[in-house]
Amino acid sequence: MKNTSFFGKLISHREWLLGAIIVLMLVGVGYTAPFFVTPSNLAEAFDDTSILIMLACAQMLVILTRCIDLSVASNIALTGMCVALFNVAYPETPALVTLILSIGIGIVLGAFNGVLVWLVGIPSIVVTLGTMSVYRGFVFLLSDGEWVNAHEMTPQFLALPRATFLDLTVLSWIAIAVTLALFVFTRFTKTGLSIFAVGGNPKAAVYSGLNVGKHQFITFCISGAVAGMCGYLWVSRYAVAYVEVALAFELQVVAACVIGGISIAGGIGTIWGAALGAIFLGLIKNALPVIGISPFWQLAISGLVIVLAVIINSRSEKRGGRRILREAHQ
Amino acid sequence: MKFKKSLMAAAIFAMGMASVTAQAADPVRVGLVVKSLGNGFFEAARDGAMEAAKEIGNAEVIYTGPTSTTAEGQIESINALMAQRVDAIAVSANDPDALAPILKRAMDRGIKVISWDSGVADDARIVHLNPSSNALIGAMCVKLAADVAGNAGGEIAILSATPTSTNQNIWIDEMKKVLPDYSQLKLVDTVYGDDLADKSYRETVALLKKHPNLKVIVAPTSVGIVAAAQAVEDQGKVGEIFVTGLGLPSELAGHVDAGSVKSFAIWNPIDLGYSAMMIAYQLTQGDEHMKIEAGRMGAIAFDKDGNGAMSDPFIYDASNVHKFADIF
Repeated sequence: MKNTSFFGKLISHREWLLGAIIVLMLVGVGYTAPFFVTPSNLAEAFDDTSILIMLACAQMLVILTRCIDLSVASNIALTGMCVALFNVAYPETPALVTLILSIGIGIVLGAFNGVLVWLVGIPSIVVTLGTMSVYRGFVFLLSDGEWVNAHEMTPQFLALPRATFLDLTVLSWIAIAVTLALFVFTRFTKTGLSIFAVGGNPKAAVYSGLNVGKHQFITFCISGAVAGMCGYLWVSRYAVAYVEVALAFELQVVAACVIGGISIAGGIGTIWGAALGAIFLGLIKNALPVIGISPFWQLAISGLVIVLAVIINSRSEKRGGRRILREAHQ
Repeated sequence: MKFKKSLMAAAIFAMGMASVTAQAADPVRVGLVVKSLGNGFFEAARDGAMEAAKEIGNAEVIYTGPTSTTAEGQIESINALMAQRVDAIAVSANDPDALAPILKRAMDRGIKVISWDSGVADDARIVHLNPSSNALIGAMCVKLAADVAGNAGGEIAILSATPTSTNQNIWIDEMKKVLPDYSQLKLVDTVYGDDLADKSYRETVALLKKHPNLKVIVAPTSVGIVAAAQAVEDQGKVGEIFVTGLGLPSELAGHVDAGSVKSFAIWNPIDLGYSAMMIAYQLTQGDEHMKIEAGRMGAIAFDKDGNGAMSDPFIYDASNVHKFADIF
């Protein structure tokens, strides 16, 4: 019986619901624009959504611990600019080294957030609101406001996310790998499981010997690492690095988490939920232009979906957790 | 004693020399105040102004500005120019209003003040030189599309910035006004990339899917044109679909090489500096007409508010993009 409850947890109703909505949307869009649902086009749409999927999955971990990381988009811009400038300075660097470098820079930026939250004890929304501007400002200082353009980047720098393997781009494969890795992390590692405990009930977590701040720090490092890697992938994919790269993208990342059923109050959420939330948003972004909906409606529809998701979330969370111990006065 | 005498003699000699040269030349000195120093765009404008000064012969350019784009820094630069008693000031302003008081004071002292590129309040300058006009930009965008589409013509689409962007919408309206003159071109769609690289890229991919016969994408925005070119290259449509519009040479050089962009337009900063210098010089010579001769750029007309447009945007293609890519 343990098996069924595990399976039930694995894919809760929320994920099925989202999956069904996504399939319905595909059918609807396919009806008006048949070319949209061809495998090659869906692969392209997935490629386009890959960065959002990775960021949403990493953001989910942060949100689980009752924190939020608003600096991810600025992290993308800063790391992207760093590796772009590095590529200009050392053109012979292999793309794989650049990728690892970007993860390293990302971790440093994420760890800075994490230290401020963990050791200095500042609320994460304040910390990351600050570093969001700080990191974006650094991009300007680094670049002097100049762009790094396609012809200044080396072919191998640009080739990595574009290369295809089994009909999917390397970018898509990286997204799949990151999602699977984070799934394994949240399900099968002690630290990963502890993150749920820390966010679900911090006080109880402390009593059971978990360091809340340290786990928050770890999630910020993961979020930073993923954002840093996305920084390289973003700059390489769009073949341009400038100050406003990924401006306001953090809002889409948080929105993907909310749509995926991750509770902003912490402790509730699955990697699949975050990934499906991102795919849902990505699908809207890719499908609406194709079926020719006015840009104003595109904004309104995206916003409406987010509000709906929040309403559903808040209703489902009202059920509350199971109380094991009686309260003291009873 | 002897030393003092010789010093005095030298001083007198020097004064004499100075007055001799002053009588011989007395050049018209024009202070060219830019938004910030160390910016390739403005350095190109300075080169243009130098070219104009050389052509005039009896003129001198004093190139100055702050190290960062602040109005305070420009006020200091203008103060210094007033202390040097220049004959004219040509300014590209960081703030239209903050510079107004000091420029008015300069005009009170008989200095001819013009603004160029980025204007100041109407009463703080004699004329303002715009690099181009909305009508010229719109016409140029359509002309570029027609050139690249060839005689056969075909479908064109516009990739703009945000749907609420004022100058984008004005340029699109101007494009629509001249489109009837090009019967071979058919405008099939206008999409908005919000000046975000990722959204512009996505909208371009959608355009290619929606309109299989699309021939030209016109993007009058520097972010959009780069993203569209990249999308066309990634989709393997180089040679079938061309991207054109407004962009900077340094940002588009790679895409011109790749073939997704054949030609594009933007103002030429060299011409702009040249024209600003010419106009400033003409004003010091007492010319305050509604039409001012600007050397090789021809006569530039100014309206009743003193606004004038220099010329059509300058066309860049494979032949000149790399030369200008080093400039801006």
